[in-house]
Amino acid sequence: MIEIEAITKRYGDTTVVDDVSMTIAPHTITVIVGTSGSGKTTLMRMINRLVEPSEGTIRIDGADNHAIPGHELRRRIGYAIQGHGLFPHRTVAQNIATVPTLLGWERRRIDAKVEELLSLFQLDAAAFGPRYPHELSGGQQQRVGVARALAAEPNILLMDEPFGALDPVIRAKAQDDLLAIQRHFGTTIVLVTHDMEEAFHLADKIAVMDKGKIVQYAAPEEMLVNPATDFVETLIGAGERPFRLLSVGTTGEAAEAGTADGEPLAADASQRDALSALLWSGRDALPVVGADGEPIGRVTLAGLARRAARPQ
Amino acid sequence: MRRFLPNLLRLATLAVLVVFLFRPELFEPLLKPLVQANAPAIYNQGSLLSLTLSHLATVFAATLAATIVAVGLAILVTRPIGAEFLPLSRSLVNIGQTFPPVAVLALAVPAVGFGEKPTLIALFLYGLLPIFENAMTGLSTLPPAIVEAARGTGMTGWQRLTKVELPLALPVVLAGIRLSVTISLATATIGSTVAAKTLGEVIIAGLQSNNLAFVLQGGLVVAVLAVLIYDAFSALERVLARRAGRG
Repeated sequence: MIEIEAITKRYGDTTVVDDVSMTIAPHTITVIVGTSGSGKTTLMRMINRLVEPSEGTIRIDGADNHAIPGHELRRRIGYAIQGHGLFPHRTVAQNIATVPTLLGWERRRIDAKVEELLSLFQLDAAAFGPRYPHELSGGQQQRVGVARALAAEPNILLMDEPFGALDPVIRAKAQDDLLAIQRHFGTTIVLVTHDMEEAFHLADKIAVMDKGKIVQYAAPEEMLVNPATDFVETLIGAGERPFRLLSVGTTGEAAEAGTADGEPLAADASQRDALSALLWSGRDALPVVGADGEPIGRVTLAGLARRAARPQ
Repeated sequence: MRRFLPNLLRLATLAVLVVFLFRPELFEPLLKPLVQANAPAIYNQGSLLSLTLSHLATVFAATLAATIVAVGLAILVTRPIGAEFLPLSRSLVNIGQTFPPVAVLALAVPAVGFGEKPTLIALFLYGLLPIFENAMTGLSTLPPAIVEAARGTGMTGWQRLTKVELPLALPVVLAGIRLSVTISLATATIGSTVAAKTLGEVIIAGLQSNNLAFVLQGGLVVAVLAVLIYDAFSALERVLARRAGRG
């Protein structure tokens, strides 16, 4: 749990973050969105004290984050940034081992952790471990960057536009990987982005920032139905609302009893993907299968249309 | 093939140099036409090998000292705590470069006497600037994302410097040392005017006795050493830069 209390950051006369308070529940993904210069990155960097606040306090699991020195705090909090920030003179394995090495883990434990993370990110440990970052593709570098952030098994992972430098295909894959990893470790993730699509896809709760203040902090559905200000509404994009609503839920939740013909949909795909598949195949209904391949029902155009309508 | 030929040339040059230093008499027929009758064609007032070694030792000692001081200063002024020393450090090393080594020799002799010491002082002062400027550049132009990541992973200031910043700046720092060494190799010859044991002795002896062969062998040994050491540094820089993903 991260409790941010009346935090303010000023640089000279400019107030970058203005009296922000919010509580981030454990084991959730919180996405902070806003335009550039809204203070979203500064707010996040005050959690691991890469930026020191001018006023206010941040408590992590009840303890003030100023109780221990900054570098020790940062070893307990994962941190992944845009453009991955891998150390170019160190191999992939050494990069991932950075924080465990700083913490003085035993060699064998470090090696095991590196191997575990590489295979979790679908990278062959024997092939990729000894390589240097510049020998990897952009998507692979990004995965190694996240693996490094997770190496010391932190409870909290901060991510600053981690997928910003990736092309759309790899980005979608990286987002799905992140969701899987979050379920696997139960990490509390705070992610900063300006991409609303990304926010709605990943977030349990979204915080919208504008001019240093949080204008709305709510679950995605709530934000769609009741945008707090015109700014939030503009950011969401009025024309996108039904589709964003569908992208929040999974196909499994929309499954109805019955059978249908055609290419089956995975239960963990978003309802938006399901709608897209229905429209493209020209059918009124498609079967839904679980992770084990067993059919669990069907989704229908009419069913999805009801779900996409503004909730009463 | 493109790499092969220059390397073969370098190897051959090195071989010729080594043979010349150990068995200079083998080259006598070549140099004989350059001297007047009865004059020696090969330097005979000392061993060429020991002069070369002491020349290299002088340059090495001066460059090592200059590297420690210049890199130390560059590290200091690139830390937040030392940023205000930047203008002062710049002027200091600039003065070192502005003073001609001959003038430094002239001023140093009354203070420390004849021999190696004035030469070491002159070479040290003269070598500071290239190393300092390059170390400054190397340390202040690191990719921001990497410096940020080093902080984000919880490295202390010292750990960031030794594990990330210095290794990444190393190729650029080496380029500065390369320049400094090359300049010093040539400049060290004038140290012999104040009785330092360097290859300058051979050149000065040749000038005094109107012996072109002496001047040529002293000058060529220095030139070949400079070229080979320059190339060796360049090769090392390329390897390190490739390792650092900048190549």
